Amino acid sequence: MAALLEVNHLTKQFGKDSKALTDVSFSVQEGEFVSIIGPSGAGKSTLLRCINRMIDASGGEIRFQDHHVMDLKKKELKQVRTKIGMIFQHYNLVNRLSVIENTLHGKLGTKSTWAGVLGLYSNEEKKQAIQILNVLGLNEMIYKRADQLSGGQKQRVGIARALIQNPRMLLCDEPIASLDPNSAKVIMDHLKKVSTTMGITVVVNLHQVDVAIKYSDRIIGINKGQVVYNGSAKALTSEDIQRIYGSEAEDLIFDIGGIHAG
Amino acid sequence: MQADIFAKKKRNTLAFLLLLGALTILAMIITEYNVLKGFTSIPKAIQWGMANFYPTAESLEKLPVILDKLQETLLVSIAATTAAAVFALLFSIFGSNTTRVNAFFGAITRGIATVFRNIDVAAWALILLFSFGQSALTGYFALFFGSFGFLTRAFTETIDEVSGGSVEALKATGAGYFSIIFQSVIPSSIPQLISWILFMIETNIRSATLIGLLTGSGIGFTFNLYYKSLAYDTASLVVVVIIAAILLIEYASNYVRKVIL
Repeated sequence: MAALLEVNHLTKQFGKDSKALTDVSFSVQEGEFVSIIGPSGAGKSTLLRCINRMIDASGGEIRFQDHHVMDLKKKELKQVRTKIGMIFQHYNLVNRLSVIENTLHGKLGTKSTWAGVLGLYSNEEKKQAIQILNVLGLNEMIYKRADQLSGGQKQRVGIARALIQNPRMLLCDEPIASLDPNSAKVIMDHLKKVSTTMGITVVVNLHQVDVAIKYSDRIIGINKGQVVYNGSAKALTSEDIQRIYGSEAEDLIFDIGGIHAG
Repeated sequence: MQADIFAKKKRNTLAFLLLLGALTILAMIITEYNVLKGFTSIPKAIQWGMANFYPTAESLEKLPVILDKLQETLLVSIAATTAAAVFALLFSIFGSNTTRVNAFFGAITRGIATVFRNIDVAAWALILLFSFGQSALTGYFALFFGSFGFLTRAFTETIDEVSGGSVEALKATGAGYFSIIFQSVIPSSIPQLISWILFMIETNIRSATLIGLLTGSGIGFTFNLYYKSLAYDTASLVVVVIIAAILLIEYASNYVRKVIL
C-alpha cells in the first residue's frame, strides 16, 4: 500500500523563536485511522492545519497523493483541498443557513466563481446531500437552521459537509472536545464507519487518550512540537503516555491497563 | 501585602477624584461660569418656554411647508446612509482580518475608514461648505462621509466576530474568495449589518437637523428661519414634528430589528 500522506521534517515557527513544530515526520496509509494525541499547546492543531495549508509551514515537505503540497500554486492548492475534508471543534457552520445549505458548502470548491457566489447546486448534488444527511441520521433536520441543532447534530452536519466533497482524507481537529460523552461516541462511531466502509483516510486530533486507543489503527504522540510516539494503538504503554504527556501523565484521569483490558 | 493593595486602590481613587475636582474648578474660573446662577436660571428658562415656545393654531398653517422640509431631511439621511453602507461593506470586507486579501491592502482600507470616522459630521459639513456651498448636497455628503467611516468600522468588527469559523471551514473545502464572501460572510453577518444601517439612519436624521443649520437646507434651516424671525410658535412646531419623526423612525427600526434578528 502506498502512503496517501507523507510528512517529512516539517517545522513551523511562529515569530522569531517560538517553535510550534520541530522536524515532524510521519506517513499515513490509504484508509488508515490515525489519532494525534498530546498535551494542550503541543502543536496538534498547527500540524493538522499545515497539512492542507490553512497554516503555511516554515520548512520540510508534505506529500499528499502525488502533490507536493507546500509548492502548490493557489489554484492547485484549492484543487487538493477539495480532496481533503476538514472537521472542527466548534463545527464552523454558517449558523443562519439551513442544514442542507451548510452541507452543500462542501461542493463550493468544485464550482465556478459565479455558481459559487449565487449558490447554484445541481439536483444530483442536492440528492447526494440528502443521502449523506440520511446516513448521518439527520433526515428530520434537513431544512432546520444550523443554530437550532444540538452540538452533536452540528458536528454531524460538519461531517456531512466534509463527506459531500468525496474526500480521500478527513482532517478532524478535536471533533469531540466540545461534546457530551454520548454525542462524542456517536461522532467517533461515524468517523470510524467513514473510514472502514468508505475507505476514507481519517486523521484526528484528540484530547482523550482512551478514545484514541479505542478507535485508531495508529497513534502519533506529540510533545512540544516533536513526534515522541508513532505506532499501533494496541502497543501504547503507560511509559509511552508518560513520554507524550510528560509530568502531566500522572494526572490523567484513567488507568491505561483498564482500557486495554476492556 | 494584601492590605497594601487595598490602600493603594483607595489612594488612587482619591487622587483621581481630587484631580477631577481641580480641573472642574479651573475650567469654571477660566470661563467665568457661575454654577449657582446656571442652575437657578433653569426655572426661568422653563417659564419662558411655557410662555412663548408652543405651537399655536396660526403656526399650524405652516405645517405643510414644515412637513415638506422634514421629508427632504429624512430622505437625504436615508439616501446618504444606504449609499455609505454599500461602500462601507466593500471596505470592511477588504479591511477585516478574516476576509482581507492581504495585510497591506487591509491596513490601507482600515486607515481610510479611520480618517473618515474621526472627522465629525459637523466638521465634514464645514469642510464641504467650501466646495458645494449652502445646499442639500453639502448635507448629503457630510452625512455620507461620516456614516461611511462609522459603518466601515462597525461592519469590520461584525464580520470578524461572526464569520471567522465558517470562513476557515469553506477555505478548507477549496472554495474561492467570492464564494466564501457570498456563501458564508454575508449570510452570517447580514442581520447585524442591517441593524447597524438602521442605527445609522436614526443617528443621521438627528445629525441632519443640526447639519441643516450649517448648510442652510432641510428641517434644520426651517427651524433656524422661524426662530431667528422670532416666530417661536412655528419654531416649536418644527421641534415637535422632528421629535415625532424620530420616535416614529426608532419604533419602525426596532420592529425591523426584532423581526430579522
